[in-house]
Amino acid sequence: MTTKPSLFAQYRGGARFRLRMEPRMKQPGWLGLFVSLGAVTFALILGGFVLMLVGGDPIRAYAFMAKAAFGGIGVFSDTLVKATPLILVSLAAVVAFRMRLWNIGAEGQFYLGAFGASLVVLTPLLPPETSPWLMIPAMMVMGMLAGALWGFIPGYLKAKFNVNEIISTLMMNYIAVAWNNYFIFGVWSEGGFQMSRQFPKTAWLPRLTDYAAQVPMFRGLTIHLGFVIALIAAGVVWWIIYRSRWGYEIRLIGDNPRAARYAGINIVRNTILVMMLSGALAGLGGMLEISGVVHRLQGAISSGYGFTGIIIAWLAKLNPILVVPISILFGGLLLAGREIQPSGIPMLIQGIILVCLIGSDFLFRNRIRLVQIGQEA
Amino acid sequence: MDPIIILHAGIASGTVLLFATIGEIFTERSGILNLGLEGMMLIGAMSAYKTALATGNPWLGMFVAMLAAGLLSQVHALITIQFQADQVVSGLALTFLGTGLSLVFGEGLSKAGAVALLPSFSIPVLVNIPFIGPIMFEEQSVMVYLGYLLVPLAWYYINRTRPGLHLRAIGEYPAAADALGINVNRLRYFYVLVGGMLAGVAGATISLAVSPGWFSHLTTSGQGWIAIGLVIFAQWDPIRAAGGSYAFGALRRMILDIQGPLKIFGLRNPFYYNPYWGFFLQMLPYAFTIVVLVIGSREAIRKRMGAPAALGLPYIRGERGL
Repeated sequence: MTTKPSLFAQYRGGARFRLRMEPRMKQPGWLGLFVSLGAVTFALILGGFVLMLVGGDPIRAYAFMAKAAFGGIGVFSDTLVKATPLILVSLAAVVAFRMRLWNIGAEGQFYLGAFGASLVVLTPLLPPETSPWLMIPAMMVMGMLAGALWGFIPGYLKAKFNVNEIISTLMMNYIAVAWNNYFIFGVWSEGGFQMSRQFPKTAWLPRLTDYAAQVPMFRGLTIHLGFVIALIAAGVVWWIIYRSRWGYEIRLIGDNPRAARYAGINIVRNTILVMMLSGALAGLGGMLEISGVVHRLQGAISSGYGFTGIIIAWLAKLNPILVVPISILFGGLLLAGREIQPSGIPMLIQGIILVCLIGSDFLFRNRIRLVQIGQEA
Repeated sequence: MDPIIILHAGIASGTVLLFATIGEIFTERSGILNLGLEGMMLIGAMSAYKTALATGNPWLGMFVAMLAAGLLSQVHALITIQFQADQVVSGLALTFLGTGLSLVFGEGLSKAGAVALLPSFSIPVLVNIPFIGPIMFEEQSVMVYLGYLLVPLAWYYINRTRPGLHLRAIGEYPAAADALGINVNRLRYFYVLVGGMLAGVAGATISLAVSPGWFSHLTTSGQGWIAIGLVIFAQWDPIRAAGGSYAFGALRRMILDIQGPLKIFGLRNPFYYNPYWGFFLQMLPYAFTIVVLVIGSREAIRKRMGAPAALGLPYIRGERGL
């Protein structure tokens, strides 16, 4: 096995051993999972220390959070409701990151998706008595189109003018929030309140609790059809990335843009298309949230979902299928986190998890060995 | 809508961007991209305000802000320099971490009340210069004046001194710098620290001088990201960064002022009669950042110049880079 001199390697007087970094030739599959789990555990312990610093009891807090998110069928249904938008914004991140496009704008695309869906109901493009069979698909299409438009702008600027997409997508987030606020506070405001009127029932995604009359067990379960749509989206994204020709191009550009260019792959077109697909997924998330949960357009429909999606995508190693279980875990974290004080705790834990995760990646790529001086090859 | 008032307040508001932008220029010139500016500024703003509140001494607040933001920046340095992780993702993680930490430790601070602020004063003699005097030298915060000093100093340091030469070398061609006996990674740690501490100063300038107080994550309202955009527009040059920062400061200020009067230039003020149009005004700084990026990116392509060549790449001795 070849080794290379290490950054850490230093001879010190008297020391007979030293630490040595070696790149792993093979990266066993189980190791990735192991390292990720270790990183998350380590992050939770660190988060616990911070909780203690501000006068909390970390063990009680974590136990409370676990119970508040997974402690029964009712709260688990709420967790799945929270996971639904997370799955979609995470898929948005996965698609873009796979091509090494840093779309940080899922948050704004999510808001625009909610706006696009609201256009159908509130303009109204379709009368309120329209059949849900037409209303819901129309809202989905408009939500995805609006999100795709919000992804198109930075994608086009990136492809044509080499504008850094991290900053442009981020700026688009702020613009999206102001844009929605204009409609929430002004055009569609209901009686001066900062929200639109409630959507007609035809624009609601069916929830389990709606069928409580037939199946009493479903009473109070707020999980809605959007969760199923999110699962389908995950499957579709998996198929696109791993089974379609387009997905092959995306992966090739992401892994080796130079090789992709030599292979004649159109990078400009793919940049724009991938940003649009990414935006459409996030936009669909926004549509599902207002159609399935809040049933109106209002501010603060996302508590930083777009950013949580980035962490989930990274934790899932950009695998669309893995996104689903991890989104459910994070859905639980967000749900339970609402009741935890101080309110920044969920954000903080997410931050620590991401830091530990990317730090741990180093352990995945390298092995640390204790080498006896003089014995090395 | 008095232009003198807008420019006066604009310079104060732009000073925040100035510190953050110049800090990021130092970091990026050394070859490390730190997208965690927003998080470091929030930590700076929060810890400065909290310290000033507890001790009554704003300068101590400033010091703690530099310390806290500098410490946070070293997390990024460790992950990207030592562990060779992706700098983009690590910067994002830093934003989360900084935002989360400042929200947790800043809990309840928004209702804390008045705090001793950094002093404001006029500069004698200079204040009498017509037009420029009342804008730049009248009753400005001490941070504004420090900002004036920082711009030429940073330019001189980067372009005319030996350590500045080393800084540019490790960002452009680390292998060559290494061959000359410069410790690339140690210097990179140092410049990430410089960037972090200046981001802390920027945050403290918000909470202790320009718009005093702690308003959770709205304290910075995306200025860290605007600063990163400004670095590209400034093409990693402190003097262009100053122009961009002050222009943005004035823009932010104008947006606040434009909604007040009944008439502008003798015409009915549409923003007064349609208060919701204010949301479109709010978009302006962000839209403008994108415009500035387009300009900066096109110019960079045309002039074949711009980003330090090794920006974003870890330096591993013995491996072929670039």
